[in-house]
Amino acid sequence: MKQYSGAILLLAVMLVFPLAVQDAYYQHLMILVLLWVAIGSGWNLISGYAGQVLFGAAAFFGVGAYTAALLSHKLGISAWWGLPLGAVITFALALPFGWVCFRLRGPYFALATLALNEIFRHIATIWESLTEGMVGILVMQTFVSKVPYYYIALGIAVASVLTVEIVVRSRWGYYFVSIREDQDAAESLGIDTLRYKSVALCLSSCMIGLAGALYTNYMGFIDPRVVFSLHDVSIAAILVGIIGGVGTVSGPAVGAFIMVAVMEIFRSGGFGFLGKLSSATGSPFVATLTKYISEAHVLSFGLLVIFVILYLPNGVVGDWPILKKKLLFWRRQATV
Amino acid sequence: MEVFLQTLVAGILKGGLYALIGLGMTLIMGVMGIINLAHGQLMMIAMYVTYVLFHYMGVDPYYALIVSMPSLFVLGMLIQRFLLNPLMKVEAILPENQVLMTVGIGMVLTEVIRFIFSSNYLSAQTSYSSEVRFVGGISISYPLSIAFVVATVLTLALFWFLIKTDLGRSIRAVSQDPEAAELMGINAERIKIITMGLGSALVAAAGTLLLPIYYLYPDIGGPFTRRAFVITILGGLGSTVGAIFGGVTLGLAEAFGSTYIGMEFEEMIGLVIFLLVLLFLPGGFKRLTKV
Repeated sequence: MKQYSGAILLLAVMLVFPLAVQDAYYQHLMILVLLWVAIGSGWNLISGYAGQVLFGAAAFFGVGAYTAALLSHKLGISAWWGLPLGAVITFALALPFGWVCFRLRGPYFALATLALNEIFRHIATIWESLTEGMVGILVMQTFVSKVPYYYIALGIAVASVLTVEIVVRSRWGYYFVSIREDQDAAESLGIDTLRYKSVALCLSSCMIGLAGALYTNYMGFIDPRVVFSLHDVSIAAILVGIIGGVGTVSGPAVGAFIMVAVMEIFRSGGFGFLGKLSSATGSPFVATLTKYISEAHVLSFGLLVIFVILYLPNGVVGDWPILKKKLLFWRRQATV
Repeated sequence: MEVFLQTLVAGILKGGLYALIGLGMTLIMGVMGIINLAHGQLMMIAMYVTYVLFHYMGVDPYYALIVSMPSLFVLGMLIQRFLLNPLMKVEAILPENQVLMTVGIGMVLTEVIRFIFSSNYLSAQTSYSSEVRFVGGISISYPLSIAFVVATVLTLALFWFLIKTDLGRSIRAVSQDPEAAELMGINAERIKIITMGLGSALVAAAGTLLLPIYYLYPDIGGPFTRRAFVITILGGLGSTVGAIFGGVTLGLAEAFGSTYIGMEFEEMIGLVIFLLVLLFLPGGFKRLTKV
């Protein structure tokens, strides 16, 4: 029980968070973090554990999102049914895709998923009679308050992390890691690699699809550029996994928090701090600086990718011992 | 029939440029063993270099090749030296770190350009941009045919370089077997730096040649990166001859696709071909010839 005490404490904090923080802005940010925890956990299962790098998380995210949107837009059913159905449909997409594309290895598989992502984005753009193309689909939001969305997102995030934890501790988890470490050796030991890679992909796609369906319900509007975005969804999912730590259960949670925080600090100019500073001092220099910094949030994202890969290849969680040594140099001095 | 021939000519002319893009990519792939997902973004940089020269100094885009190719050569070398080579020594669970790194580099390049030039569409309208020659009832775009000729010359020069010079031989050696090449006294890291520069310079040439007939905005890199990897996979990874065939095939496929299926399918066709090739002809055209 002791090893879970930290997680349970965190969960308790997360449960009371919307009651303690009434500000809708911070609640919105936390919902985004929770969405990314689900997507990142999905990515981590197939890529971090099974070693099949997914460059096209947005394909599953978008399919989940469009399932929910089309249910309400075309059939007049509540978009909330998109959550279970979105998971089922992404599952149905992942199964044949995995069956066909898992004969590709390493970077080839990564490129195939990238192509899948782009193909779906084009389909959603071109097939206007179904998806309304670039116009996008508007879905009425059910709740005015953000609190219900927060708890649903929390539920999905916790379920994703728990799924990863349970799977990784089971026999399947060991199969996945053995496939990542050496596929041929795993095959020769009698592991049906195609089957277990497919299992990993299907589980992952369900998590990502669920997050997509929730995104539609929460944001109330989707278009192909947003939900099938290569940079904003697929690469961001990889970044969440890598910042947090590839192949660690808690990695995506840490990564999601860091990524949303960094992006938002840039986008809002230090949570509005710089804006206040510029109006307080009236200095034109600070004002232009604020403008540039908020424009640079995608740039910051790219720089973050480069920085993390160069200096933290195993993520904050994976490289925690090294990071701790570097950050807490004062502790060494204290003992001396 | 006329439409068919017209499409054929347009496809082949475009294919020449695509071959140039693919050649750079395949050189990098062969030597480094990674897919450079910042390739289109490097081309975008070259296009902006050309645009600045054209717009502010009135340099003809074709003369701008003299500036854009060396500057991208240097940029490519810097990227390899300071961002990709250090990664070789980093221990990580996922071997695809370098591919991801190129994605990050591509994003940074795009955003830096957006910072400087904003997202507006730009174009370099030259006097000959829309000039057309008629040969037997078929219209041939003047700038596109110049681009085709230059691309062919550059491709031939590249082949001469790879086959005849010492440096070219070293590059081929590293791409065949890096360890054996190092044992023979080749500095593989230096070769990687030079190859990255060379690949960037080639794609810079493609960008510069494309500018008079195309428009320009910071996100233009993405579609061309996708084309580049489609071409490389089509031709067979690391195969220079394959890249030429891959480029021409993609050019033809896009031309016929947009004529007979619909303009909006132009980009999707390449991706579908890509998936089909990966599945049914892994190894690309290289596999067919056994060269």
